[in-house]
Amino acid sequence: MLNSTFAAIVPIVCVTLAALAAMFAEAFRARGERMPIGTLGLIGLAFACAGCVALWGRNASSFGGTVLADNFGLFICLTLVLVGVLTIALSGPTIERENLPAGEYYALTLFAIAGMMLMALATDLLLIFLGLEVLSVSVYVLTGLRRDDPASTEGGFKYFLLGAFSSAFFLYGIALAYVLTGSTRLDRLGAFVAEQGMDVSPMMLAAVGLLLVGFAFKIAIVPFHMWTPDAYEGAPTVVTGFMSTGVKAAAFAAFVRVFLSALEPMRADWMPVLWALSILTMVLGTVVGVAQTNLKRMLAYSSIAHGGYMLVGLVAANEVGKAAILFYLLVYAVTNLGAFGVIALLGTRERANDELRDYAGLWQSRPGLAALMTVFLLSLGGIPPMAGFVGKWYIFSAAVRAGYYDLAIIGMLTSVISVFFYLRVVVMMYMAEPAHGVTRPAPSALAMVALGFSTVAIFYLGILPTRVLNLAASSVSTIF
Amino acid sequence: MTFPILTSLVAVPIVGAILLLFIGNRNEERAGLVRQIALVVSLVVFALTLLLWARFDPGSPEYQFVERAEWIPAFGIQYLVGVDGISVLLIVLTAFLTPIALLSSWGSVKKKTKEFSIFVLALEAAMIGVFVSLDLFLFYVFWDAMLVPMYFLIGVWGYDRRIYAAIKFILYTMAGSVLMLVAILGLAWVHQQQTGAYSFELTRMFALELAPRMQFWFFLAFALAFAIKVPLFPFHTWLPDAHVEAPTAGSIILAGVLLKMGTYGFVRFAFPLFPEAAMYFAPFISALAVIGIIYGALVAMVQPDMKKLVAYSSVSHLGFVVLGICAMNVQGVQGAVYQMIAHGVSTGGLFLIVGMLSDRRHTRLIAEFGGLKHPMPRLTAVFFVLTLSSIGLPTLNGFIGEFLTLLGAFMRDWRFAAFATTGVILSAIYMLWLMQRVYYGPVTNEKNAALPDLSAREWAAALPLVAAAILMGVFPTLFLRPMEPAVTRVVQRVTVSQSVNVKNGGAPAAVAVAAPAAGER
Repeated sequence: MLNSTFAAIVPIVCVTLAALAAMFAEAFRARGERMPIGTLGLIGLAFACAGCVALWGRNASSFGGTVLADNFGLFICLTLVLVGVLTIALSGPTIERENLPAGEYYALTLFAIAGMMLMALATDLLLIFLGLEVLSVSVYVLTGLRRDDPASTEGGFKYFLLGAFSSAFFLYGIALAYVLTGSTRLDRLGAFVAEQGMDVSPMMLAAVGLLLVGFAFKIAIVPFHMWTPDAYEGAPTVVTGFMSTGVKAAAFAAFVRVFLSALEPMRADWMPVLWALSILTMVLGTVVGVAQTNLKRMLAYSSIAHGGYMLVGLVAANEVGKAAILFYLLVYAVTNLGAFGVIALLGTRERANDELRDYAGLWQSRPGLAALMTVFLLSLGGIPPMAGFVGKWYIFSAAVRAGYYDLAIIGMLTSVISVFFYLRVVVMMYMAEPAHGVTRPAPSALAMVALGFSTVAIFYLGILPTRVLNLAASSVSTIF
Repeated sequence: MTFPILTSLVAVPIVGAILLLFIGNRNEERAGLVRQIALVVSLVVFALTLLLWARFDPGSPEYQFVERAEWIPAFGIQYLVGVDGISVLLIVLTAFLTPIALLSSWGSVKKKTKEFSIFVLALEAAMIGVFVSLDLFLFYVFWDAMLVPMYFLIGVWGYDRRIYAAIKFILYTMAGSVLMLVAILGLAWVHQQQTGAYSFELTRMFALELAPRMQFWFFLAFALAFAIKVPLFPFHTWLPDAHVEAPTAGSIILAGVLLKMGTYGFVRFAFPLFPEAAMYFAPFISALAVIGIIYGALVAMVQPDMKKLVAYSSVSHLGFVVLGICAMNVQGVQGAVYQMIAHGVSTGGLFLIVGMLSDRRHTRLIAEFGGLKHPMPRLTAVFFVLTLSSIGLPTLNGFIGEFLTLLGAFMRDWRFAAFATTGVILSAIYMLWLMQRVYYGPVTNEKNAALPDLSAREWAAALPLVAAAILMGVFPTLFLRPMEPAVTRVVQRVTVSQSVNVKNGGAPAAVAVAAPAAGER
């Protein structure tokens, strides 16, 4: 199978089959019967992981080269596998507590991952769009999955409306590019752009702008971030963690592919825009984050800011920058899922317990969870020896290398501000008196294993990052 | 392969902290065991540093006990540690103060003893790491990592306004240091451009050819980080809060070691890396230092709170250190390094005694005390010795440092020295006045009449400090001799590249011993 013309889509197929299996399992499940549907998903992801490893370094391509399993895409796919595994491992208690339909939940998660993988591997604008839609529709539904909860419904609906708009923009951009080049393939687009030289047609500019809007929306770059806080707050907490990491990874993969390879010759045209957007994103994400009292909203704004940091790597546009984005996505996935996982574990049927004051004195009642949360938050804040520090260091060294001292300085200063709000949670957990009337459910064993794994990964990537850094650096050389 | 002593200095406290992690102490049922383990670990570290000091070759300016390992080879980042005469003494000081800090908390820290001990040990590891790092990346990692345990020490075990103080401390210091990280990244990139490979190794940076504009900005970025840490006026506002709200152990380590990291950074990094920019800025920094000396002393004088008084006196004393560094001659820098150690001993001791009083009375207001000499003569005697050492009485440790820094400053520019000398007089005023109000006269407050004198444990904490203060005052050569070669090398590097104005920063070894007459002492 690895040598057939379908080789490149092996990981996607594995995940899709698992998703279908999950759906069937749900359909054939007797009422009240407990089925290990999550395990099906884990098996599918394990196969996808094996497929990625087997394809590593082979540059397999399918469908006439429109799906390309190069190391860059595979690195993202492996990150997505990790995101999927952690999400499924952390989901159990939430599904139980919220009475969510387990089959649909896992199937949608897996379909979303399949879409993300397609987005990461596609080298054709239409296929990128296909992946984008698959993941978007799944995530819209996941956001609104708690149907009896107004916040969830509102978040899902908002996300859907704005997301549909952005998809339309993206599609319009593809259409314009097709009119100019006669193809939706990235290599043709790249050849056309290289040929046109300095003489850029307005239509091309419009196409680039529209594509940019589409990506910016999915990554939640200011000013296309409006949906983020509501959707993140409304969605079930684990889903929030899933979409804040997985969607970002997939969208960044396609973003880098389209802008840093196909549209690279037009850099002078789009670079100033991205430069300004990255500053806006970093500053707004952190400054507004300071004002939040709800932990999920706070992490929503923090995820906007982290998107800004990754954008800095894209603006730097050098090899270091691309590798830094890969590394950062991995670090961010592990860390952010951990943080959302802790929030999810502390929720109860009656209350989400996601207000800042609900964390008062967590140290007294659940010292283990408080310590884990501290590690995740400090890593998000970029404090050594946690992985977040190495990620930031990598991104900003790319910026400095490209001469963007301004971006590096703004990025570092905003990360200090972000430390302020991360520390507010730490203050609450460790230095405030325990809140009364907050019940703390006992965490499930599987979830604790997942969180423990995240912590180990954070310290591993923070203290001994060499192997993964080299992997990221070597995988960007084969990009496109 | 020789015994990796520097690595073990960092590793032993970490191993100790991890060990403590596995001791169940939810309800303080094993608090005593936890305390003893932490103390033993810190004493082992101290013994190792004494071994280090004994085996250190005082005649050599080179880095010794160097250990080198690849860390992130793609960026030339190494695990590179080593000590010279400047850092070896600061490491000894760190390991000397940590057991004292642990002992001081024996009676006052009653909740979460295990976590407290873990944070103190983690802090010790990070502090030693800062002093041994010879790779800029490694240095930055330790520099930032150190903030977290200190933040918890202040925030969890501090006094009333602890949360405010803890957050102010960590944000202030981080805000300064992130710009330094950008400058470090810039240096690595310049190294890549000029030699074709990334490197964060300190000594390799000396060979770089930095454009004046770049030197200017990089120096400012480094200097800001260090100035906040020292703290130099007007960046000192975090210090009174952090010092006052921290538990006694935290104050001892803050005053004793953390502040020195700023001045150490100036000597080790900011001045040698960017000599031309440094000498351009030196008069301005000296001016700030002199303002700090006088301002700190004046503000200390009017404090109603003993701990705050000692905190502001630190601002004043650290001003001398910075002044000595900015003089950039052998006397000034040697005096500065000596003063760093001396201040660590005497101010650490003052915080210790203030903490003891605060444990007994749960107040630190000077007005609450008076005539303490009668119920507690021994504590008074200890405090008296430390006061005298703090104000620079000859034959005690404070004198040598202040004298040398002032001498150095005088040789550079007599006006700074003239103004700074008033700080010596002012310090005598506020410290002796404090002595008088707290310890002499009749017992004015009933509650003070029956206060217990030093216990055996408190003796164990206080006596080493007194002994060190006397030892440093009587045998200064013991401390001055090992640091001299290293100090001379730093001074030569900065001043030679300044006076010859060689753009490449000049390998100091190539230039014969030039300007300042070494060993005039």
